[in-house]
Amino acid sequence: MEFKQTRQGYVDALIELASELPNLVVLDSDVAKATKTCDFEKLFPKRFFNCGTQEQNLMSVAAGLALEGFIPFPTTFAAFAATRASDQVRNSIAYPKANVKIGATHGGITTGGDGASHQINEDIAIMRSFPNMTVLVPGDYEEARLATRAAAYSTGPVYLRFGRDTYPVVPEIHGKFEIGKAKLLVDGKDVTIVTTGIMASEGIKAAAYLRNESISARVIHMPTVKPLDTEALLRAAKETRGIVTAEEHSIIGGLGEAVAGFLAETEHRVRVRRVGVKDVFGESGQAQELLDKYGLRGTDIAREARRILAGNSNAH
Amino acid sequence: MIDAKKIQFLNGKARQIRRQILTMVHRANSGHVGGSLGAADIVVALYYEAMRHNPKNPRWPERDRFILSKGHCAPVLYATLADCGYFAEEDLEGFRRPGSHLQGHPNHTKTPGLDASTGTLGLGLSTAAGMALGAKMHGQSQYYYTLCGDGELQEGQIWEAALFCNKYKLDNLIGFIDRNYLQTDGNSEDVMPLDPLLPKWQAFGWNAFEIDGNDIAQILDAISQAKNTRGRPTMIVARTVKGKGVPFMENVASWHGTPPNDGEYNMAMEALADGI
Repeated sequence: MEFKQTRQGYVDALIELASELPNLVVLDSDVAKATKTCDFEKLFPKRFFNCGTQEQNLMSVAAGLALEGFIPFPTTFAAFAATRASDQVRNSIAYPKANVKIGATHGGITTGGDGASHQINEDIAIMRSFPNMTVLVPGDYEEARLATRAAAYSTGPVYLRFGRDTYPVVPEIHGKFEIGKAKLLVDGKDVTIVTTGIMASEGIKAAAYLRNESISARVIHMPTVKPLDTEALLRAAKETRGIVTAEEHSIIGGLGEAVAGFLAETEHRVRVRRVGVKDVFGESGQAQELLDKYGLRGTDIAREARRILAGNSNAH
Repeated sequence: MIDAKKIQFLNGKARQIRRQILTMVHRANSGHVGGSLGAADIVVALYYEAMRHNPKNPRWPERDRFILSKGHCAPVLYATLADCGYFAEEDLEGFRRPGSHLQGHPNHTKTPGLDASTGTLGLGLSTAAGMALGAKMHGQSQYYYTLCGDGELQEGQIWEAALFCNKYKLDNLIGFIDRNYLQTDGNSEDVMPLDPLLPKWQAFGWNAFEIDGNDIAQILDAISQAKNTRGRPTMIVARTVKGKGVPFMENVASWHGTPPNDGEYNMAMEALADGI
């Protein structure tokens, strides 16, 4: 299996887009070597602005550039974008609908060795709670590239979340990327697995495990956490017996709550179980070890699917 | 020198805007009267003399911009924009009311004539910096004016922006600090001391100097000096009197965010009636 960085997909897209969109500019906050925007800087030094370690100014400056007709991509670690600069994202960008595309790398627990301060499992929750904000969480290099392109050609604020590590290439999620549209990765009729971000590959693995037990699992991938593809969810609720969500994020406020919240207000009585980080801070470790330890694997997804089908959703 | 007739006209405008501020805040029974009154001379000097702008074409790309970083002083800006003709004077009656385009803090997506949204303190200088940088990239020659509160300077982001404007040599950005020494909880030097303020901006690489911010001739001279400075941003530390024009409100911190009651409103309007 091939592994690639999602953050590289982001920057490769920015480099492609630079010739298509003369008003595209990139800003960073002294993490350009880590976010990979240094690759953009080398090619387009006049369209790159390093703000130093000041994430708050970064976001408001980007909003100012957007007011002058630019398409700014302020780029920093997801932990800083979502928490350190949360007020600036909310008031400079989301509230006035600034055409700013936030490139947030090092999202989730797979940030690894830096530990809980630099990992973030709360950013999707924060960002999706802001009105006007679109939240994109691509699953591999190619989808990161496509999501970045889609963000650049969309209007209004977008939060793009990428990881630090290398992640499996998932051919099933490639192809056309449309903001707000889920992708059917595996069809099935017993249970539905809904993934976002790097959990796409784990969702596909879970379906394979379940298939060995004669359970037919559907896998739909939602690189857009906001706006939700509610049609895909309604079909899943109608056609299968329950939904397991999977995200490299807290179970609070992320994809799982978005899906559960939507379905709770429909006429469908469908069970939902969430795979994600369980309201705890992470810790230092290698990305793959942390995915195991914090229960973010295909085996964890498959276990939740079995619980739904067994009807004992309270069992642990 | 600016001729005396013009100054007289501008002083009259400032008095008229101050009356409108009081009326808006009194009617809404909510809003920030002290800072708005204190900053009226700066805003009037900008909109009626210094700035190139066209109320008939609010989005004219080469207009000068004004970003009210101390967004709570929206009343002075709304009163001025209405008087300039960006929207109907009757709209001011909706200030802080549901359905009105006049929010408690400025939102440029709602109000014609606003150049940027501001609200939580410390954001506006950065926004102005991004705009000024953008204009330089476009090769445009307009100016970006911003007004910060002195209490606002306690926000860390202001000093991030101060570094940034120096790095990118934003000489098309002209900032004012409304230096009235008063903030919500009292005297700025008790709450969180800012003095010596001027050397701070100078040390950050800015063309910084102090003026009387309630003297329109000095304000206009300061803008000329700023425009003659190349390669550096300018910060004008404008000494103002919070509540200026209404004796019982002058230099009283509690008029930061308290609306006047009927009796206080009538007294204040009388104080501002002179010379009309």
